[in-house]
Amino acid sequence: MRILYFAWLRAKIGTAEEEVAPPAEVATTGDLITWLQSRGPAYADALANRAVVKVAVNQDYVGMDHPLAPGDEVALFPPVTGG
Amino acid sequence: MAIRVQAEDFDVGAELAALSDGNPSIGGVASFVGLVRDMSKGDGAGGDAVSALTLEHYPGMTERQLAAIEAEVRARWPLDAVLIIHRHGRLLPGDRIVLAACASAHRAAAFEACWFLMDWLKTKAPFWKQEETPDGARWVEAKEEDEHAADRWRQQAP
Repeated sequence: MRILYFAWLRAKIGTAEEEVAPPAEVATTGDLITWLQSRGPAYADALANRAVVKVAVNQDYVGMDHPLAPGDEVALFPPVTGG
Repeated sequence: MAIRVQAEDFDVGAELAALSDGNPSIGGVASFVGLVRDMSKGDGAGGDAVSALTLEHYPGMTERQLAAIEAEVRARWPLDAVLIIHRHGRLLPGDRIVLAACASAHRAAAFEACWFLMDWLKTKAPFWKQEETPDGARWVEAKEEDEHAADRWRQQAP
């Protein structure tokens, strides 16, 4: 599973993208964030406040209960500020 | 092509002319041009000087979301043409960031559709702004008023 990070989430975590293989019990986007938080202090800090973490799966916005498949492209980013 | 995401600047006059060229049923074109401001937070008082703005985006998802916004605006208003150009990369105060334009037979549809485009773009298109200020670089926070502005249109779904 490919994970992309943008803006201050990318800066805090220290990478723009990575390939991960979460354990089988990680079934949803919310599970994935909980699992990522356990990967180290940078992840825990970046993902501490879920109110400011937006999630897209395969380039569409989804909620925290969205089911995940192994080949998904998951993106985590703060609320958008374009325009 | 009605959606463009690019680092380069654009020529507003040429873009608007091209939008209506060859279609005499268009009665008006409404447009919005977003610029880099030299002050953060918009109010003047209490804001910080901004010397540059860097726009990051999510290639692929950006185009996908802008296309969805275009489809939505076309479903809501009778439009002959829609154009969205959004820049990314490092920009300086006064630089153009975005152009949204809607062409229609009548002005009400063109004005409303253009306003809608900007409200939805601000809350849905995956762009992030980082400002360079005297205190260093800092990410611009999303504004609650932008969410409210977008919600206004949700209450009047087609």
